[in-house]
Amino acid sequence: MELEDGLAPPMANGELLFEAPWQGRVFGIARVLSEQGYFPWDDFREALINKISYWDQSHREHDPYAYYDHFLAALTDLLSRKKLFDFSELLDRDEQFRVRPHGHDH
Amino acid sequence: MTDHDREPQAIRAEALESLLIEKGLLTADAIDEVIVRYSERVGPMNGARVVARAWIDPDFKQRLLEDGTSAINEFSFEGGRIEKLVVVENTEKVHNAVVCTLCSCYPWAVLGLPPRWYKDPQYRSRIVREPRTVLKEMGLDLPADLEIRIWDSSAEVRYMVLPQQPEHSLGKSEQELAQLVTRNSMVGVESL
Repeated sequence: MELEDGLAPPMANGELLFEAPWQGRVFGIARVLSEQGYFPWDDFREALINKISYWDQSHREHDPYAYYDHFLAALTDLLSRKKLFDFSELLDRDEQFRVRPHGHDH
Repeated sequence: MTDHDREPQAIRAEALESLLIEKGLLTADAIDEVIVRYSERVGPMNGARVVARAWIDPDFKQRLLEDGTSAINEFSFEGGRIEKLVVVENTEKVHNAVVCTLCSCYPWAVLGLPPRWYKDPQYRSRIVREPRTVLKEMGLDLPADLEIRIWDSSAEVRYMVLPQQPEHSLGKSEQELAQLVTRNSMVGVESL
């Protein structure tokens, strides 16, 4: 399997390490910030456990489990709680990106 | 057409990265470096080297089972410090398997990032309740008289299974042995 630009995707034992590029980005963001001392990894783990346990208890039978959705939600919660940004700033930027024309230059 | 069509999580992730870069908290290069590290240098090949050495070197094996954290420091693996690595040995009488029931804790330094099934609620909840059935579904049919022990990972302790050495591999070199060791055997859902 190859990505569009011809680069082989990261593999681990024959499986994709990340199922979509954004999952690799958020994993990288979490690791970099933790390694730089913005938060201990355990704080992130707790935030992740909260998200996952909420899903475990509240999901409907055939809801698909999307691990990195929980990862992303836990990370944004933790970072705004640590005041690295204000959550409204993230929502604003999210909205900006959402409405920009398709095929914009990255 | 707008980016409305993209996955919302992909947009949120991009917004997050852009905001953090703008605030000077990280760089795109630093994120790239982490992804490359976990794609190329931190993975189950590290654990396989540990297992192969334990198979050929009884003293190392003893050190590994007594204090996994110190023993793996004899290698220089990247991948984050493990607070405590406990290595559990499969024998004629006991089979071990590892889970993280609450999230996705996993010994990155020796196994890299966990596979998808390891993070799935199915595996997390069922391997504890009905280990024999789950292992059988994953292709590992264990004799009824073999005791199964399940180890639940936590923030403090990460587990790795030391699989039994297959008989046909006796006499091989450490390097050859390392190539026989699979990730799944070190999580305990496969025998070699």
